[in-house]
Amino acid sequence: MPVFYGVEVASPLMLGTAQYPSPAILAEAFRASKAGIATVSLRREQGGGQDFWSLVQGLGARILPNTAGCHTVKEAVTTAHMARELFDTNWIKLEVIGHTDTLQPDVFGLVEAARILTGDGFQVFPYCTEDLTVCGRLLDAGCQVLMPWGAPIGSGLGINNAYGLRSLRAHFADVPLVVDAGIGLPSHAAQAMEMGFDAVLLNTAVAHAGDPAAMARAMALAVEAGRAAHEADPMEPRDMAAPSTPVIGKAFLS
Amino acid sequence: MIRILGAGVMGLVIASELAARGHPVELVDPEPAPGPHGCSWWAGGMLAPHCERESAEEPVERHGLAAIDWWDRHAGGVQRNGTLVLTLNRDRGELARFARRSTGHRTVDGDQIAALELDLAGRFAAGLFYEAEAHLDPRAALSALRDRLVAQGVAFHRTPPEAAPETLIDARGLAARDRLADLRGVRGEMLVLRCPDVTLSRPVRLLHPRIPLYIVPRGDGVFMLGATMIESDRRGIVTARSLLELLSAAYALHPAFGEAEVLETGADARPAFPDNLPRLRRRGATIFANGLYRHGFLLSPAVAAMAADHLETGITPEFMDEVSR
Repeated sequence: MPVFYGVEVASPLMLGTAQYPSPAILAEAFRASKAGIATVSLRREQGGGQDFWSLVQGLGARILPNTAGCHTVKEAVTTAHMARELFDTNWIKLEVIGHTDTLQPDVFGLVEAARILTGDGFQVFPYCTEDLTVCGRLLDAGCQVLMPWGAPIGSGLGINNAYGLRSLRAHFADVPLVVDAGIGLPSHAAQAMEMGFDAVLLNTAVAHAGDPAAMARAMALAVEAGRAAHEADPMEPRDMAAPSTPVIGKAFLS
Repeated sequence: MIRILGAGVMGLVIASELAARGHPVELVDPEPAPGPHGCSWWAGGMLAPHCERESAEEPVERHGLAAIDWWDRHAGGVQRNGTLVLTLNRDRGELARFARRSTGHRTVDGDQIAALELDLAGRFAAGLFYEAEAHLDPRAALSALRDRLVAQGVAFHRTPPEAAPETLIDARGLAARDRLADLRGVRGEMLVLRCPDVTLSRPVRLLHPRIPLYIVPRGDGVFMLGATMIESDRRGIVTARSLLELLSAAYALHPAFGEAEVLETGADARPAFPDNLPRLRRRGATIFANGLYRHGFLLSPAVAAMAADHLETGITPEFMDEVSR
């Protein structure tokens, strides 16, 4: 199972807690999927979200607060400090949004905020692109986990740059890597795990499904299948057919 | 005598239902009349059981269907013009999803949309029309209930009278958190615009992956825009971000809203239980009626009928999850 900052997590599935039809359905989704980590946002609740945060703390998953909705380094750093006080954890999923329409991370602000927060004793989970240089800078800034996007947040477009993610995996073989954002279907989650990623983080695909709990379970199954497949060392694809039963002795030339 | 605590939508509807069934009732509320202190004051007033089903549990649709007739009978002023659900072209997938998750609609094309709402002609190529839905002006409806109760001789007290009532119905909304530990607040923000350049006959919902908006015509060029759903119990003033989102969605619906006058903004916290469905709870001589969430006008008639049935026959109705006599 994935290990982040020395902590082993019970499942490679990480679920967001926003946009569910109700907290009761949110809890069902966590029960059905046994997701190991629950991300939770602070920003929009403006300090009046204590009841909801208590519900999230009762989900049975480890809490990873995030800085969703922050567009500047200063906002993200302030939100992270609030999160540490509220949830009593050094873990922070760092989001610094750079583009309003695509919610693409501002990678420059991200590296800067990561450096500040690491200095403040945080264990940072940066939401980033799959850019090798950016990821290298994040590691230099003290991050020990990277969370590259599969596709823009909430888009459900899946693994958009398989080449880039594969190359990231190959270059940072020892760093825990999480595909965060863009997962729309279990097949996308399975693909990320087959590629050797340590975990996937998703929210909208489950929260906006007609039956969130059933979709959460489907995601858990997919993540398990993808991880097992990766560990089983899959075959290499090839162009020529290779019959799985011998053809010699059969009248295959006729 | 049945005493009802709280004269918001839940308290007034229970009082009206019980009074109509011939029971003596009285209300206690520190405020003299419906107003900004209660969260139903900020409601949209959509009676839209089919549309709500997209994100709400099944009982909301089943029990909400009866609300339209109930309000017409007890308060009047119900507009039965249906609901129009639209989306910008790039979000067309949202419309398909909304259609799949609800019933009671038919697909309408650009011409049919123009026939329903002339001012939206040429702006949208496809939509959903929920013909059986309705809307009302929530403030007028609350005041009408109160006036009719007063006319029937029902007493409204600012503080509880000394004589203990036979039965107490606690309908205080979020204020009842002191007795209901699993009740939480869900913040909603709204604004009221005057835009004489636009005429709409029915509520219009604009689907958007990030900023869903509804706009309810209140007549005389006045529109209510709502409403955010934020997991927070903070009341008070609307935030700049919510204002920006609501207004930009309205502008996308019709650019003339850019010239509208902002008459009012408001925010309050809706009382909700974890599954966002209402509850009746019986503890001794007290019955709690609460947790209407964003369905105050849609579900209060059903909750009131259940409370009345329980008082009359002792049955445990659907929304009653706790009975200790």
